[in-house]
Amino acid sequence: MKFILHATTEITSKPLIAEVVLETGILLNIDRADVKPSGGEVVIDVHQDGYDTVTAAFKKRGATITPLEQPVIKDEDECVNCGACISVCPTGVISFKDDWTVQMEVDKCVQCGACVTMCPHGALKIDK
Amino acid sequence: MSDKTIQDINEKIADGSVAVVTAEEMPGIVAELGAEGAAREVDIVTTGTFGAMCSSGAFLNLGHSDPPIKMQKVWFNDVEAYTGLAAIDAYMGATQLSETRGMEYGGAHVIEDLVAGKSVDIHATAYGTDCYPRKLLDTTVTIDDINQATMFNPRNGYQKYNVATNCSDRTLYTYMGTLLPDCGNATYSAAGVLSPMYNDPTYQTIGMGSRIFLCGAQGYVTGQGTQHDPTNNFATMMVQGDLKQMDKKYVRGATFHGYGTSLYVGIGIPIPILNADIAQATAITDADITTNVLDYGVARRSRPVLRQVNYEELKSGMIDINGKEVTTSPMSSFHDARAIAEELKDWIKRGEFYPTLPVENLPNSGVVFKPMKQMGEQPTVADVMAKRVTTIRQGLTVEDAAKVIMEGNFNHLPVVSDEDKLAGIITAWDIAKAVAKSKQDKVDDIMTREVVTADASEPIDTAARRLEQHNISAMPVVNKHSKVVGIITSDDISKLVGRR
Repeated sequence: MKFILHATTEITSKPLIAEVVLETGILLNIDRADVKPSGGEVVIDVHQDGYDTVTAAFKKRGATITPLEQPVIKDEDECVNCGACISVCPTGVISFKDDWTVQMEVDKCVQCGACVTMCPHGALKIDK
Repeated sequence: MSDKTIQDINEKIADGSVAVVTAEEMPGIVAELGAEGAAREVDIVTTGTFGAMCSSGAFLNLGHSDPPIKMQKVWFNDVEAYTGLAAIDAYMGATQLSETRGMEYGGAHVIEDLVAGKSVDIHATAYGTDCYPRKLLDTTVTIDDINQATMFNPRNGYQKYNVATNCSDRTLYTYMGTLLPDCGNATYSAAGVLSPMYNDPTYQTIGMGSRIFLCGAQGYVTGQGTQHDPTNNFATMMVQGDLKQMDKKYVRGATFHGYGTSLYVGIGIPIPILNADIAQATAITDADITTNVLDYGVARRSRPVLRQVNYEELKSGMIDINGKEVTTSPMSSFHDARAIAEELKDWIKRGEFYPTLPVENLPNSGVVFKPMKQMGEQPTVADVMAKRVTTIRQGLTVEDAAKVIMEGNFNHLPVVSDEDKLAGIITAWDIAKAVAKSKQDKVDDIMTREVVTADASEPIDTAARRLEQHNISAMPVVNKHSKVVGIITSDDISKLVGRR
């Protein structure tokens, strides 16, 4: 399961993720990290069994958590199934079905937004 | 067996006995029955394509206002249309951008909105004449309020198109979509097995007057398209159709990030199977159609060809480029190309569409797509760069660099290694910063190591664009051994532009 970790500047200076891994003993995968002077936003992937423990450990340290249930949304009226988005996706979310319609395995999505920029028809949106 | 005529086929459409298949079904039929047998059994093969076709637009006649106006300039939803025609005729081009919304909305979107029945705001200005006194006009219309709304596309339906990839180290935003650095992806267009003109590659049944499926309406080929290049299998066609009869599903405005707008146009051509030769040609498969993979990282007219591929490889989703597995994606919709070929097939079966033979075929030889005739030599970086460049060696101090810059009265100082190779660059600003922070060490500590460079033989325009993109004012010019042979500044370029 994926979630976004929002951290303020006070806690980005600490080894937040390492602390949580050590405390919980649960392995995390960092899909995307964006740390700016105003704070940090990190997309983290964790096995379903460890989700509650890990998110609780982050919250205890003052971070906010947003679960990524529907990370990228496709507007079926605008999509023409060209598939332009497929080749810019770094995690292989998008592919063709046998009938050449576009399908998305959204659980792989890290919300980088490359497909949104690529889509000629404005059919894709990142859910924030 | 005697060959069929178009009249024979049309009689079969009228009595409901016509045999129609799509170009995807035909290879199997020819494999089973042979070309002669297939020509006996099949009357028409339908094709389809749905992709971005920039050279598209529509003639719109607004009707006369009272008092009348001879529009000198006109905008539809802030997108300017060409009106160097009679009083209230305008041509809306697909790639014209909105003056308020930029690349997000353009002529293609105006055309889509009209077809979708949406209201469009019109603003027009004029100089006023005795017969057309009005100088200003603002109104709102839908497609039903205007007279003729005729799609007229000077270049559509490319027989095939190049595959785009990018060997440079920078992401490119092109009409072939986002191209990731280091051949990070490859994009292609055209429908392969369903491609209208690849199913009749000598244009025996395609030309002026061919009735076609155009965006959900019945339209016509009006002749060869601009840049028609049959010798290289880059044939194109000019097409026309009634916007009022079209289906929004097959007329779609598009935006290519960083490039601009384009129109997705749906075209289906019925190929009457008059003889075994024509039947044989429609048996073409994705594996039979090859095209070139080009490096769009080179912004020149002739881009390097990296390899040839066929459409079967492209459609597999992965191709090999210089030993690297590269993900491909189409820019045109094969799903909708197939829908078009099926819909055209249904029209014919239901007796709603009768194919025609052209009054003049598209030329299949003797046409050359020439490059532009340009006046004078195009200036290169070598023509404007300063050839005497002062450099400084690695290992020297910031103070040394400051002296060199002051004596030479310039801003940019390339730093070179003992082997004379470019290692970095220092500006007067870098030195000021180092002094302010009392960080007066070696040049190595303060120089920029990722230096943006130019090549002496490249055109001024590409060098100027690179300066602009990196927001810098000078670039060292290096040879293939990374030796500095000159320096080019934005001042040098401005002076040249001033002279032009």
